[in-house]
Amino acid sequence: MRFSSTKDYIAGDDLTMAVNAAITLQRPLLVKGEPGTGKTELARQIAASLGVPIIEWGIKSTTRAQQGLYEYDAVSRLRDSQLGDARVEDVSNYIRKGKLWQAFEADERVVLLIDEIDKADIEFPNDLLQELDQMRFFVYETGETIRARHRPIVIITSNNEKDLPDAFLRRCFFHYIQFPDMETLKSIVAVHFPDIKPRLLETALTQFFEIRDAPGLKKKPSTSEVLDWLKLLLAEDLSPEDLRRDGASALPKLHGALLKNEQDVHLFERLAFMARRQGR
Amino acid sequence: MFLPFFQALRAHQVPVSPREYLGFLEAVLAGLATYDIDGFYYLARAAMVKDERHLDRFDRAFAASFEGLEAISFDDMVQAMDLPRDWLEKLAEKTLTPEEMAEIQSLGGFDKLMETLKQRLEEQKARHQGGNKWVGTAGTSPFGAYGYNPEGVRIGQDRSRHRRAVKVWDKRQFRDLDGDRELGTRNIKVALKGLRKWARDGAAQELDLDGTIRATAEQGWLDVKTRPERRNAVKVLLLLDIGGSMDDHVQAVEDLFSAARAEFKHMEHFYFHNCLYEFVWRDNARRWTERLPTWDLLRSYGSDWKCIFVGDAAMSPYEIVLPGGANEHWNEEAGQVWLHRARTQWPDNLWINPAPEQHWRYTQSTQMIDQIFEGRMVPMTLYGISRGVKLLG
Repeated sequence: MRFSSTKDYIAGDDLTMAVNAAITLQRPLLVKGEPGTGKTELARQIAASLGVPIIEWGIKSTTRAQQGLYEYDAVSRLRDSQLGDARVEDVSNYIRKGKLWQAFEADERVVLLIDEIDKADIEFPNDLLQELDQMRFFVYETGETIRARHRPIVIITSNNEKDLPDAFLRRCFFHYIQFPDMETLKSIVAVHFPDIKPRLLETALTQFFEIRDAPGLKKKPSTSEVLDWLKLLLAEDLSPEDLRRDGASALPKLHGALLKNEQDVHLFERLAFMARRQGR
Repeated sequence: MFLPFFQALRAHQVPVSPREYLGFLEAVLAGLATYDIDGFYYLARAAMVKDERHLDRFDRAFAASFEGLEAISFDDMVQAMDLPRDWLEKLAEKTLTPEEMAEIQSLGGFDKLMETLKQRLEEQKARHQGGNKWVGTAGTSPFGAYGYNPEGVRIGQDRSRHRRAVKVWDKRQFRDLDGDRELGTRNIKVALKGLRKWARDGAAQELDLDGTIRATAEQGWLDVKTRPERRNAVKVLLLLDIGGSMDDHVQAVEDLFSAARAEFKHMEHFYFHNCLYEFVWRDNARRWTERLPTWDLLRSYGSDWKCIFVGDAAMSPYEIVLPGGANEHWNEEAGQVWLHRARTQWPDNLWINPAPEQHWRYTQSTQMIDQIFEGRMVPMTLYGISRGVKLLG
């Protein structure tokens, strides 16, 4: 099993190496990076490239580690017992399998995506240590041990909102997805919009990198933003000339796709104002 | 074999443990990166670095450990190719199927293979002469080049040439992420997250499932229990030095401020100039008209608030120790009196200093304030703030 760039996803050498190392050595891969650089998409592409199913476990601030293993639905059982339902006798009727369990008992090797692990409580990664390391866990209610039939390929993404515990990090491979440079970004765009006019692309990307480099931006636009923006440009069928900013504003056409908060828009309006004053 | 590299990593303060090192060896043994220095670098990085803050240090350690690799010339490589023939044959016998062996024979046997290989190397050498670095000879593996080893690493085929000219680790692209350097809003947020303390507070709205089950089991009927939601219970009082020598640090302080504001539900901020005196203000434009007595501050915010001063502590020593020492107005009581009062009222206190730590000892007032705060002064770097957050408890 070996991962490489797919026709929908450009992966750098470093990323490919990190993914393959994680697959070969059966360790979880922790992926960090700016929002919008394709962390979640990576897991889906690994699954697509290897031709295996993917199980996605999106983490929220209220998610607990136990939910990934199983949940014991005590309330249903209590209700059933009052109704005299026969299912009550067997406790396993009230055990709901979590994502990790599903991944463990799958018939083939699967990709398990644990998305945005940093959203959860600070103890969350620690609670999953043994389960991810040994790939087995114990169900107290029924007294059985669930073992992985095939060790899943575990991809974990993090937005850096919390530091992850050292013990957890030690068990993972780590990759930091960097923002792509001009060349890589071009090949990424080529994958998504194969028939974009080269001149339009050149102008658009130059403008995009100018925006990204502007000092003091609150939220830098990222890969997913540039793709959205190009989609809009194509939908409006603009030519490179249209894209050139008119004197009145330093904001590029359809900037709403790139700048996501009003402070950044103001910043660019101020820059335009200053540029105009200097020009006079 | 890579122990000196491991030592170098520790020396460059990359937190690697034997566990990572063994994992890395395991990966090398699994044949993930052979004959390919770039791949080797990426593999080592994925296995041993667990935090983007340490990537830059890793790059430096890597450069220091494997510097000699550039010195190996192509002629050396070609010469060296003569040596491992026996080894190569043995390896081939072990790993190749009879059909594949036959195929090699049909190509002219190993001698021929080695010759072609040398030729290829010569060609590569010619092609690469434009570059000044040795990186990128992934194709020199005899097995890789001829495709006999499907396990051999063949990555880097779709990359553009110009990126190979400079070694990846020499570019030091991760310098910005190093924790000791100045920080952006997001980084501060991460540091401040350490201050979060979840507590159940407010109205009971959430269903307490465990409590309900227990109560129901005891009572014999459905007895629904609720409990308050969890909230971040930490309260922060931010006192910011403004104007004068602080002008150099406006951007950094703004970052800290916006990060802190997003992080805490209970956060109050006030400004002072150089040192805390009898008045603070909230709006800098109306600092002379809408002032708030510091006594009110001391009375309104309880001891459970965490008090963070932000200032460069660079001023005349008189501004701290003498009544009337303030440079903008006549103060009845000395600055240090007010600082002590604030420290007594809020035992969880901290002074964050945006000036670089190595400059502190050249400013007398900085040392004085450091003494008043009993060492609870930290620099405004990611590590400084993390350390401060620990001090605040």
